[in-house]
Amino acid sequence: MSEHDRTRCEEVIGHLLHYLDGEIDAAKRAEIDRHLQECRGCYSRAEFEKALRDKIGKLGEEKAPASLRQRIKALMDAF
Amino acid sequence: MNDEDDRVFFRAEVEPLLDRLYGAALRLTRNPADAEDLVSETVAKAWANFGQLADRQAFPKWLFRILANTFISDCRHAQREPCKTFAVLDGEQPFSLFERLHQPFLLWWSNPEQELVNKLLREDIERALDSLPVDFRTVVILVEINGYSYAEVAELLGVPIGTVRSRLSRARSRLQRALWTQAQAAGLLTGAGDEAVVHE
Repeated sequence: MSEHDRTRCEEVIGHLLHYLDGEIDAAKRAEIDRHLQECRGCYSRAEFEKALRDKIGKLGEEKAPASLRQRIKALMDAF
Repeated sequence: MNDEDDRVFFRAEVEPLLDRLYGAALRLTRNPADAEDLVSETVAKAWANFGQLADRQAFPKWLFRILANTFISDCRHAQREPCKTFAVLDGEQPFSLFERLHQPFLLWWSNPEQELVNKLLREDIERALDSLPVDFRTVVILVEINGYSYAEVAELLGVPIGTVRSRLSRARSRLQRALWTQAQAAGLLTGAGDEAVVHE
């Protein structure tokens, strides 16, 4: 890997989580998209971070207990 | 005064959101009873302030905002258990699970970092998230679970957007460090750094 490539990878890694959060501008996003198509290391890293964040995102999936449903129903009945 | 149309709309919107509200509340409070209290308080506040909601399509996000604000406000006032450990800003080094596990010279079909993600159970991730200080945990929950933008989180928490970025970055680093420690303790890994191996 050339010094130029290494610098490019470091720059992409620096922006990667903001990229995955959708928090970078369109020009930078397009640049990173291109780099990820060409660089196996950065692509693997992006896939790993995506898989991990998918697992974290699933932590919000819970079933509200029946006791809570009853409580909220009673609360809303009183409105 | 709210009329019958408002009441019908409110009920129809709240009921399908209860699972998600409870999920977010449980991650924030780390306790089922406190999570139920938080959801209940959120719904009561939402109804009391329903007249202030201009855009009804924004109802779900508005409701989650009330939930997060209520949690943060309760934390500031009560100093209850999940709120005690505010993050200490120290000189800790960033930690990346990928950098610990990735082995670039392995054959292309071998992927230890992906293998570890596949082996992580829901309870492993829960434990790692629950171990974070409350201000770090809150930004991860708002961004990664509730899908808020950095700007929305900044507004909600009343902090600059740069603070959201830095908290998120530190939170993710700590979360990955916690997962690494747990994976080692569970015997999923041996070695460290470049020599780490993911076990079946």
